[in-house]
Order: sequence, then structure tokens, then C-alpha cells
Amino acid sequence: MIVDLQRFITNERPFWNELEKMLDHLEAEPDARMSLGQLQLFHQLYERTAAGLARITTFSSEPEIRRYLENLVARAYGEIHETRERQRRFFPLEWLFQTLPQTFRRHIRAFYFSLAVTMVGCAFGGLAIAFDPDAKPVLMPFPHLLQDPAKRVSEEEKATYDQMQGSKTTFSAELMTHNTKVAIFTLALGMTWGFGTILMLFYNGVILGAVAVDYIRAGETKFLLGWLMPHGVIEIPAILIAGQAGLMLALAIIGRGSRLSLRARLRETAQDVVTLIFGVGLLLIWAGFVEAFLSQYHEPVISYDAKIAFGCVELILLSLFLSRSGRRKPSEAESPEQ
Amino acid sequence: MKTSALFIRTPEGIVFSQLLAGPVTRFFAWLIDQFCIQVLLTVLGTALNLLDVISFQFAIAFYVIGWFVVGIGYGMFFEWTWRGQTIGKKLFRLRVVDVEGMRLQFNQIVVRNLLRFVDQLPVFYFVGGVICWLNPKCQRLGDIAANTIVIRNPRIAEPDLDQLLAGKFNSLRQFPHLVARLRQNVSPMEADIALQALLRRDEFNPVARVGLFGDLAAYFRAKVEFPSEATDGVADEQYLRNLVDVLYRTQQENRIEKVAAV
Repeated sequence: MIVDLQRFITNERPFWNELEKMLDHLEAEPDARMSLGQLQLFHQLYERTAAGLARITTFSSEPEIRRYLENLVARAYGEIHETRERQRRFFPLEWLFQTLPQTFRRHIRAFYFSLAVTMVGCAFGGLAIAFDPDAKPVLMPFPHLLQDPAKRVSEEEKATYDQMQGSKTTFSAELMTHNTKVAIFTLALGMTWGFGTILMLFYNGVILGAVAVDYIRAGETKFLLGWLMPHGVIEIPAILIAGQAGLMLALAIIGRGSRLSLRARLRETAQDVVTLIFGVGLLLIWAGFVEAFLSQYHEPVISYDAKIAFGCVELILLSLFLSRSGRRKPSEAESPEQ
Repeated sequence: MKTSALFIRTPEGIVFSQLLAGPVTRFFAWLIDQFCIQVLLTVLGTALNLLDVISFQFAIAFYVIGWFVVGIGYGMFFEWTWRGQTIGKKLFRLRVVDVEGMRLQFNQIVVRNLLRFVDQLPVFYFVGGVICWLNPKCQRLGDIAANTIVIRNPRIAEPDLDQLLAGKFNSLRQFPHLVARLRQNVSPMEADIALQALLRRDEFNPVARVGLFGDLAAYFRAKVEFPSEATDGVADEQYLRNLVDVLYRTQQENRIEKVAAV
């Protein structure tokens, strides 16, 4: 029992101040490592402050002191009982060439599911346009896609001036931000048990399939490939990866086959979701550049073969990056301790 | 049941509480943040006017990207650098913390901010607000996904005790060991009830006032029994004044000692 509250506060305050100082230091420098002596001191101070809080909790007259001690104990508790890996300094190259592709491969099933949903959407959109061409305004409610493909190709190829002159940079920035928003939205809809993410992927697939079949039926396959491939081979996988992240979130919420609590499942997933969405952001920045500066130029300015070849090279590089980068050699994988 | 506080029990058996912020307070903090974002965008637009001299296209492109980055990055930047606070949250004394009291990690901040895209649907955070209202920990979807909560640290106003207790002799103070036991036995809520009764004494009907103070005095007398010389001849209302005095004015003795020394 505390008989003299003022004396108690006066006696304990140096210990509280010391703990506060150590906490400030720890929070300001996440890389800092404490020696054994410092750790022991930190633990002693935490226990002493916690005991002080327990003693003062019943004091009706000291809400400020109680709040202050609660705050100190809460911060120290977080430091002492935190079991997740301590946040290290960020190494961009290591993150790009190791963490990102490894994370992608660790959740490859979610990516395949994302791809399958988009493919089903493509098939649906393609079949719908093939069987009912009049459904075009319903399937693709975008003015620039409603034009007759043959007419558009003819106009593009006959153009005598650069239609993108003076607007490429702005167009590129708009594409980057718009596509990133779509990707984040696809990810965030994972919180609807994945229904929203699946709908977004399916709808993207429907538009893609409908546009593809529309141009193929008009005999403009080469134009289509030359137009879509340079940016599409990056942009479409980026949206698929955003879908993958959304589905990972949905799987964490559903928790089928897992004995972990919802909180633990979400905690486990969060880091990987963030890694993937930052990767998606990078891919979409590249896709935005390519779409504004290359995809919108057609023959005779740039040959379709060159654009298709560029798209193929990008696709191969992206596939290699996602499947091979950051892979451990078999010898390392067998004996990680060495 | 929905409570306004989250209690965390440490393995050492110590319980600390975090007061949860409700959807209305959070909405006002969000409005302030929106205002700050607009200010930042205006500053950005003005700064980009300089770039306009070199290339109008670049200026527009930078503005488009800046608008997007500021909109999304504002919350992430401030919550990370200010340990869970933005300007709006700071003004309303709110803070984002981990739901289990652990250290707030960067990925938690990113996830809760990215999920704003769903929470703000269809307008003005309707989805997030409704979920926050229904959730026992007042979490929106982004908080659930990131395992975070928003807490509040209200400023505690000191009651004006001088108007109640001005310079009167307090017989209870002659028994410091019993006063210490009283402080230990009376919970903060009970002390507040006694204080509120005194502060609002003039609002009561005279008969009800006598009855109420009689009940309260009997209740507190039973908590710690003072010797008869401390309580004899002390009316119920005066007993409560003395009680509030010793509970709330812990520095009184020191002050008297200092005055005497001078």
C-alpha cells in the first residue's frame, strides 16, 4: 500500500524517466542492439514501472500519473514481448531481387487462381463478343474501344502527325496513377472474403477478351499484339499480382485449414501483401511509360514486329525475374545454417 | 459487448487500458487530414508552377503523380514518423497502435492506409464507419486487416476543488495512515461520484440532497472507519467534502508545510 503518494512518485520518477529514455532510443533507432547489461536494466525498469502502475491503479486522484505509466508500460510491453522480426534497414536491391520474387513464389497458388479467374473472364468476354457483337457497348463501356477496329487501324496508320505530341508525359502519369489505383482496389477488395477481388479480375478479363476477339474478328491480330503487348505483358501480370495479394488477404480471413487465429493469420500475411503491392507499383510505373511512349505508335512509325518482339522480351525477362531471381542454390537450400 | 476501452493483461499480470476512439472523433480527425492534404497539394501546385517555365507537360505530370502520392502517402508518412499519428489525429489526441500492444510495424501502417480504398466506399467512409460502429474494438476494415486500433488520450481536466474546499479544517487529515488506506480502497469511479455530487449539489432538490449525501457518506464511511474524533459532529455533506479533499488534494500537506516554513 502506498502511504505517502508524493514520496512514492518522487522515489520512482527517476526509474520511469530512465525507462522512457531507453524506449525513445529504441524507437528512434530500430537497428540499435542492446548489450546484456542494458537488456537486464531495461527488463528491471519495465517490471518496476509495471509494479508501480499496479500500485497506483487504485488511486482515485492520480489519473494523469496512471495514464503516463500505462503509456510507458504499453510501450515497453511492445518492445519486450514482440516476437516478429525486428525491422531492419531497408535495402532496395535486396528487396527487389530477393524479397519480392521470393514472396511471389511463396504464394504462387493465389497467383494461379488470379490468372484462372482472369482467363475465365477473357473467355466469357471473347465468346460474348463472338456470338453477340452488338453487346460491345455493354461489355466495353469505354468510348475509345467502341470504334470499329479496322477503321481505327486505318486511321492510325495513315496519321501524318504525332497524335501523342505534347501529351505523352501527362498521359504516362495518368496511366500510372490510374492503374495503381485499380491494383490497390483489387487488393483491398480481398477483405470481402475475396469476392470483390474475383469480380475485379473477372471484369478485367472480360474487357481484355472482348477487345481481343473484336480485333481478331476484324483481321487486325497483328495490330492488336503490337498495340497491347509492349505494355500489356507488364500491366496485366501486375494486376494479376494485385489480385494474388487480394486473394492472400481473403485466404487469411477465411482461414480454411489453419489453426491460427484470424489476428495471427492476418499478421502473417500483411508483410507479404505489402511486398507484392509495392512490386505491383513498380511494374505499373514501367507499364505506364511504355504505354505512353511506345504502345500508341504504330506502323509505319514503328513496325509491329519490333513492338511484338519488345513485348516478348519483356515477358521473358519478367517470367525469369519472378521465377528465378532470389532463388537459393540447392547447396544453400539444403544447409541454410552453414 | 462493445466497450470504450481495450484492456491488455501482460504475462506479469499487470493490466493497462487503451481508450478506443469512436467513429465520429475519427471522422473529424480525417476531415482535418483532408484539409492538410489539400494544403499540401496547393503548395505542390505552386511549386510546380516554377517547373512550368521549363516544361508544361512535366509540370502537369508531376502534379498528377504528386496528387496521387500525397493522397496515399500522407497517412503512411505521418503515422510512421509520428508513431501512429497524423496532424488530424494529433489534434484530436488519437493514435494508431497495435491491437495486442506490440510495436507498430511499417507494413501495418501500409495495409491500413491502402485499405482506405474499400473503407471509403461509397462516400465519406460509409463502409468503414459502419464497420467501425459495429466492431467491438471500433476497427474499420483497414484496422482489422492490419491488426491495429485507434486509441485516444483525452486531456484530463483538473477539477476546481478550491470552490468546494476553500481553506476549511479537515479532520480526516489528522490520520494519514487511514487516509492512505482510504485512497487505496476507493476506486477512481467512486471518487468521481463523490466529486460530481459535490459539484452539482445546488441542482438537487433539498430533500433529495440530504438523502443522497447521507447514502454516499454511509457508503464511504464503511470503506474505512475513522475514529470518532474525526467524524463526530461532521455533517454528511461536510464528510464528503473532507473525503474528496484527501482523495484529490494529495499535495495539500506539502503545501501547508511549505507555507509554515516560509
